[in-house]
Amino acid sequence: MTLSAPGPARNLPQYGALIAVLLANWLLFPDFFAIRLQDGRLFGSLIDVLNRGAPVALLAVGMTMVIATRGVDLSVGAVMAISGAIAATMTGAGWSLPAVLAASLAAGLLCGLWNGVLVAVLRIQPIIATLILMVAGRGIAQLVTEGQIVTFTSPALAFIGSGSFLTVPMPVVLTIVVLAVTALLVRATALGLMIEAVGVNRLSSAGAGVNTPVVLVAVYVWCGLCAAVAGLIVTADIRGADANNAGLWLELDAILAVVVGGTSLLGGRFGLVLSVVGALIIQAMNTGILLSGFKPEFNLIVKAGVLLVVLLLQSPTLTLFLPRPKGARPIGTVKPPVAPTSGGAKP
Amino acid sequence: MSRKWVISAATAAAALFIGLGAVQAADKKLVVGFSQIGSESGWRAAETKTAKAEADKRGIDLKISDAQQKQENQIKAVRSFVAQGVDAIFIAPVVATGWDSVLKEAKEAKIPVVLLDRQIETKDQSLYMTAVTSDTVHEGRVAGEWLAKQTGGKCAVVELQGTVGSSPAINRKKGFDEIVAKNPGMKIVRTQSGDFTRAKGKEVMESFIKAENGGKGICAVYAHNDDMAVGAIQAIKEAGLKPGKDILVVSIDGVPDIFKAMAEGEANATVELTPNMAGPAYDALIAFKKDGKAPPKWIQTESALFTPDTAKAEYERRKDAY
Repeated sequence: MTLSAPGPARNLPQYGALIAVLLANWLLFPDFFAIRLQDGRLFGSLIDVLNRGAPVALLAVGMTMVIATRGVDLSVGAVMAISGAIAATMTGAGWSLPAVLAASLAAGLLCGLWNGVLVAVLRIQPIIATLILMVAGRGIAQLVTEGQIVTFTSPALAFIGSGSFLTVPMPVVLTIVVLAVTALLVRATALGLMIEAVGVNRLSSAGAGVNTPVVLVAVYVWCGLCAAVAGLIVTADIRGADANNAGLWLELDAILAVVVGGTSLLGGRFGLVLSVVGALIIQAMNTGILLSGFKPEFNLIVKAGVLLVVLLLQSPTLTLFLPRPKGARPIGTVKPPVAPTSGGAKP
Repeated sequence: MSRKWVISAATAAAALFIGLGAVQAADKKLVVGFSQIGSESGWRAAETKTAKAEADKRGIDLKISDAQQKQENQIKAVRSFVAQGVDAIFIAPVVATGWDSVLKEAKEAKIPVVLLDRQIETKDQSLYMTAVTSDTVHEGRVAGEWLAKQTGGKCAVVELQGTVGSSPAINRKKGFDEIVAKNPGMKIVRTQSGDFTRAKGKEVMESFIKAENGGKGICAVYAHNDDMAVGAIQAIKEAGLKPGKDILVVSIDGVPDIFKAMAEGEANATVELTPNMAGPAYDALIAFKKDGKAPPKWIQTESALFTPDTAKAEYERRKDAY
């Protein structure tokens, strides 16, 4: 089953880039693919990529839905901070895990509802509507934690961050579950079609009988929920809520993951799995840079360079110049800075 | 002329209020206005709390103005302190530049200014009386010296740097590097930025452990702040190693959580960045008011090293201040 639109060849840049980044990591660090069990939990650099990539992957799942309606949600990082702050503060106050989880998720839901109402009912442009919560949300989180890093010792909550299910780290399990549920919701029902319709043209889809405000509110609520789960994970991971830093700038990584995954910011068509692949590409680079021993000053430049290449591969103008041999060519697709120029320079 | 009159009237009014407050106090109570940056971190909150406590100890009337990270608010606060005619103004400057004109106003009103915890850039050094700050290069040196002594000068260190380009990150690295250069057996095998946060400290440490043969090649981790060290401790534990034993942990700042970790045997040393910046400033001010002797332009706070043996008591002492 492909969750993205037309033809498997379209997915080549994403999968090709992921494989290329992983191979590059392997070249820089020969033990990259080595995996062992440590305290009943998978342990290795590849697992780190999945585990550390989980929060952005979760955000990307929610963000894909929003972007498919031609919107954007800038508040997800702040929502992460709020959900984490609530979880840590309530756990510290002695609440049970179910109550803590319910409250954190409810906070994410409320934040999504707020964004959704601003966009769908009050018709404020998404980038501005969600900017409000992006700015205010971190303040709310700081109010909850009273400006401090609230730590907790509850093993139950910590399990979400560093526990495992059948040796797979919990963040990875949660991401797979959320991805599967989302895919089921949008592809097994007409919801996905409606989201795409709203993204293509809100007026005409309303004219065709789609209840556009409900669809819009639903995607922002879902995005808020995904962000709340991501917030729980990062809080559980460090056993503390850091309202100043939790999820900081992750909204940008999430949007990047979605775009790298091939979903257009103009809305309409979306690929859920590919957005997660996009998130993994970003994290594979981060982990690779950490393993490589480059100086930290280079981190951002290396990251930007690789992303530029992946995005160039998807550029409709540049792909015209790419040679088109038949069959799969994952490696060839990812060495492109040379390919387009040489192709274009041919007399 | 009228301006001076206003100032002296304000001073008289302030003195009158103080006089009403403490009738039996024979000599005039010192009034200090303190323009604080805000409360963005636990350390900052502790600095404010300590400033209040130290003022009470010395019988000083402290007026605090919270600038919420904005220089314009700090400038407004300083102007209002000048108008109130306080005896001294303390500033924890949010940025290094742009202070000249407002400090000139304070100088014209003959109100001494003391900078706390950060320096400013100005051509005219006479605009402030003194600056009380820690020496961040020295902090790195203290951490390095402890590690060199502890390991007999033989240690493969991984370093968690602060935010790239920030002055504490640059200086804490510089000081530590000086000690490494003096000990041929010491080497920094990996260094990366953990952005001063727990989450990044943990992520970077996870990679270091994998890159250095499952952590077997690492003798110690040096973190530019305690929060990153706390994250690194978790990464070490999750890799099946013992922080504090298999891999030594040394960091800087002295926040309560690192004392907790030391008490549990999971961290080995921290260099304190004392939140008591106001105390030395009050002492310098009192001496100045008494015999007019100006203090040196820079008062360096102590960068004390703490180890697990006092950790429990230190944690109890600090947990409420932060």
